[in-house]
Amino acid sequence: MEGTKPKIKLAVYWAAACGGCCVSVLDVHEKLFDVIEAADLVFWPIALDTKYEDVENMPDNFIDVTLFNGAIRNSENEHMAKLLRAKSRILVAYGTCAHMGGIPGLANLFTREEILQRVYSECESVVNPEGIKPVPEFEVKEGVISIPVFYNDVRSLSQVVDVDYFIPGCPPQTERFVEFFTDIITGAELPPIGSVVGADTKTQCEECVRKKTENKKIKKFFRPWEIEDDGVTCFLEQGVMCMGPATRAGCGHRCIKGNAPCKGCYGPPPGATDPGAKMMSAIASVIDEKEPEEINRVIEDIADPAGFFYRFSMPVSLIRRKIK
Amino acid sequence: MEFKPRIVAFLCNWCSYTGADLAGTSRMQYKANVRAIRLMCSGRIEPTFVLRAFVNGADGVLLCGCHPGDCHYQDGNYRCLRRFLLLQKYIQQMGIEAERLKLEWISASEGQQFADLVNSFTETITELGPCKIKETMKLST
Repeated sequence: MEGTKPKIKLAVYWAAACGGCCVSVLDVHEKLFDVIEAADLVFWPIALDTKYEDVENMPDNFIDVTLFNGAIRNSENEHMAKLLRAKSRILVAYGTCAHMGGIPGLANLFTREEILQRVYSECESVVNPEGIKPVPEFEVKEGVISIPVFYNDVRSLSQVVDVDYFIPGCPPQTERFVEFFTDIITGAELPPIGSVVGADTKTQCEECVRKKTENKKIKKFFRPWEIEDDGVTCFLEQGVMCMGPATRAGCGHRCIKGNAPCKGCYGPPPGATDPGAKMMSAIASVIDEKEPEEINRVIEDIADPAGFFYRFSMPVSLIRRKIK
Repeated sequence: MEFKPRIVAFLCNWCSYTGADLAGTSRMQYKANVRAIRLMCSGRIEPTFVLRAFVNGADGVLLCGCHPGDCHYQDGNYRCLRRFLLLQKYIQQMGIEAERLKLEWISASEGQQFADLVNSFTETITELGPCKIKETMKLST
């Protein structure tokens, strides 16, 4: 078409992900027409019938922006991460799994062998008397068939390839993605490489809509269903564990507004390298006990510290996997 | 080669570091495995410090502060105690032995206690052997 601006080429890929990030891109709703007007979707497994081969045949830096969601869990994920890195001018770690490892990253609490054992032998719903387990390569009479190699460690995208931008969230807030996308298509100045975009620099607590006093004193922690939430008071002050103090704002408080405590999917605020450690520090500060036995009684309520404090961030945390 | 544990000790300025200083000026002999880091208060010890010490190769981490009630800043040592207990639970979940992280109160006059503590903690860690964290942290696929 004459006189129209050249479209940018957009790719979306999922690695070890649930699909929610791809859906969050679809959540642009009628703005999708604006997106399509400005961008050609060249690769998007959830929506388009494009093959890996098509990507392999693209020249380097052919794709302008790739939204990569999902963690790196197996050799296929790693291959696609490296391939898309080579083919993309801007590679965006889109969503918590690509950003920090996300929920799949909790698998780092176990080894590959433990996971395969649980899934293929021990799980209550499994009937597998021959003890068949997946192997990367298997010989049949037609030749060798192969499946991706299942890794021992789950990694975030930036632990495998260089990443230009990070858009956090499980899934990212669609409006924030549109803002970033608009910046790209209008040619606005982009933040420095390696920035977290589509999020704020403050913590959740600083922007929280709930009422808080500075006097947090907790003698017992509750699971959300154990208390009658008044819908107004800070969750932590009510004794409900909320990741707000150690989580970046920018999500629009979707959980808080839905009367659920923050789970921490937006990751740590700038400057905090280890979100769980920051949260442990905050939690320890609000416990209102001085005797070790009493403190332990309060801590007892935190059934799974690693799972709670590092729900989304285990692969990028300091102790990024369970020690064998 | 004989295993020489590496121990990082976080000592508060007002009591524990002074206590360690007393052990030194009184020429008390104690094991040289401890790397002392002085902080203004044991309440300044962030969980990140402890985890980073382990990740960077510490076999044991020692936290020392003023006795309960004696904190120069009123309640920093209680903060330290609560973080310590929470950390204990977390590191065990991640496969680090609880014995590798220890909290003791050392006052400015307790030079001997500090020397004894360093000796006994070094012994505990020597028996436990090297922390496997460095090995595990190498990315394996």
